[in-house]
Amino acid sequence: MIIPASNYPKYPGKRKVKYQNMGTNIKLAWRNLWRNKRRTIITVASIFFGVLLSAYMTSMQEGSYTKMVDIVVKFYSGYMQVHQEDYWENKSINNTFEYKQDLVDQILADKDIDFVIPRLESYGLASSQELTKGAMIFGIDPKGENHLTKISDKLSAGNYLQKKDDGVILGQGLANYLRLNVNDTLVIISQGYHGISAADKFPIRGIIKHVSPELNKSIVYMSLHKCQEFFSAENRLSSLVINVANNKIMKRALRHLKRKIKHPYSVMSWEEMQPEVVQQIEGDRAGGVIMKAILYIVIAFGILGTIMMMMMERRREFGVMIAVGMQKRKLASIVFFETLFIGLLGILSGLVVSYPILLLQSANPIPLTGQAAQLMEEFGFEPYMFFSTAWVVFRQQAISVSIITLIIAIYPVISILRIKEIKALRA
Amino acid sequence: MNIIEITHLHKTYNESEVKVHAVNGVNLNFEAGEFAAIVGPSGSGKTTLLNLLGGLDSPNDGKILIDKTDLSELKSSDLIKFRMKNIGFVFQSYNLIPVLTAQENVEFIMHLQNRSKQEREERSMELLRAVGLDGRENSRPNKLSGGQQQRVAVARALASKPKFVLADEPTANLDSKSTEQLLSIMEELNRKENITFIFSTHDQRVVNKARRVITLEDGKVISDERKR
Ligand SMILES: Nc1ncnc2c1ncn2[C@@H]1O[C@H](COP(=O)(O)OP(=O)(O)O)[C@@H](O)[C@H]1O
Ligand SMILES: [Mg+2]
Repeated sequence: MIIPASNYPKYPGKRKVKYQNMGTNIKLAWRNLWRNKRRTIITVASIFFGVLLSAYMTSMQEGSYTKMVDIVVKFYSGYMQVHQEDYWENKSINNTFEYKQDLVDQILADKDIDFVIPRLESYGLASSQELTKGAMIFGIDPKGENHLTKISDKLSAGNYLQKKDDGVILGQGLANYLRLNVNDTLVIISQGYHGISAADKFPIRGIIKHVSPELNKSIVYMSLHKCQEFFSAENRLSSLVINVANNKIMKRALRHLKRKIKHPYSVMSWEEMQPEVVQQIEGDRAGGVIMKAILYIVIAFGILGTIMMMMMERRREFGVMIAVGMQKRKLASIVFFETLFIGLLGILSGLVVSYPILLLQSANPIPLTGQAAQLMEEFGFEPYMFFSTAWVVFRQQAISVSIITLIIAIYPVISILRIKEIKALRA
Repeated sequence: MNIIEITHLHKTYNESEVKVHAVNGVNLNFEAGEFAAIVGPSGSGKTTLLNLLGGLDSPNDGKILIDKTDLSELKSSDLIKFRMKNIGFVFQSYNLIPVLTAQENVEFIMHLQNRSKQEREERSMELLRAVGLDGRENSRPNKLSGGQQQRVAVARALASKPKFVLADEPTANLDSKSTEQLLSIMEELNRKENITFIFSTHDQRVVNKARRVITLEDGKVISDERKR
């Protein structure tokens, strides 16, 4: 007996089996995807290569930025600095502040902070017997400074400074200009704290090849102790350099410090101190975004083409489904899922393959050769192509493809909602 | 009791330059349990009439009542729901869903009706057995012959226990052996289960099996004969 009408159950409640139906929609969508295997694979592959390429490019960019920030931070400013609040506007010896252990303790109380090193920076005229040149004078804590900038590694002659050393270390460029060598005497003339004149002779302990060409031509390092004495700035500092583990942690630490450290001090990040570096990175990033946008637009049209073709081929089948009682909304959701699956497969395959590749690349940066390498070295960059495996490299691709897919998925949804079953059946 | 009442039905097509009066003032009633053939030369309006009757197309004039429901008063989504509950369709070119197996095709409408898994499985197997396709339940349409596909389509049309089944030239693409097989299955379902079939055809052998023959010409009913 096929239809014992009397004991054929009435409709069950709608909600009861909704889950099951969602499963059916997804199952159907999944199977539909593989009806035209080759086309689906080609479409997925186009997304795959797009994601791979984009991730590779982004990784390279972000890797180079990270390196750039690293250099800026390690060789110059540190991640953050505390100054007397007027110092950044007017870098005069008069805008220095008195060293207070309280302040250092307050900074170090933040668990994110690795260490704090003191500096006294000013300008002066550096002379040998017959030559004179403007110089940047860095009074440093030799041990602490070396911890951050590893300048002792850059010594090309002589020795590094001792704790209360009364000698100096010169940048190679400056030493060459003044025709001075280790054990020669350097004369510095400047103006000290509150206009007191400052002039002294310093034995040269060592010569370093500074990674920054600018600094290489002008830097003079001396011990903090000697520097304070020279400028008659007893116990005074121009900055406390604050170091943290990385740029991400800096953002958080900066927030905390800015809240904590107030008048008469101010806290600045390297980004505030060197906005030109930030600008350069942002500009480069924007260029990358345009390239990637073009790439993704091309891919988007590929996906759209596939979806349009699929819609055309299946018009009649859609007509049949609606004719026998499938609501258009439901059908639209199936095709929506199909489109989503294509995007998802592309993202997943792209990420699954690019992650290990980039992991490998970031562990083994590509060495550069030739002129480019030389130029980079001169500017204080290591001549390598660095790669980043930061979350953003992958997230960016995943978000881009998801957005593209979602936008494209609107097309089949709308065209199904508009289908006239009688016309579709004739297709 | 009439399950279908058609009064004064008109359908014209204006799409081309010449206006075509595809259905021209048709009045017809159908009772439960009928086995009716709509015949007539090509272009006489059979497909148009069946489409109107199935709520796939809307008339320019006239009325179709199915169990007291006026099709023209239903909005689009309700009409789809109405079809799902009340009307079974068999198409000339089978129109099975290619990614679904025979059994899943039969279950398709029951899915739409939110029937339980057990109910779906039992009923689809029962129907496949009735159309002589037990053992092929896991085959996809492209692994079945035309005749087999059309038998799956009949099983699909019956799955929701519709009030009647509409079949537009169901045998037009079938060889004579498959035609005979399909017809005898439909006949048996009609006789044993009292299922109402309304089908169009211009195959004389099919016409001979019908218990009622409605002849169309230029969109008009020119004869309506009941046998036995
Ligand atoms: N979509 C349409 N647009 C215009 N004319 C149509 C359309 N569908 C059918 N016709 C015309 O309506 C008439 C009836 O067609 P149809 O119902 O398909 O007849 P049959 O199924 O009996 O062959 C024919 O003249 C046909 O050309
Ligand atoms: Mg026809």
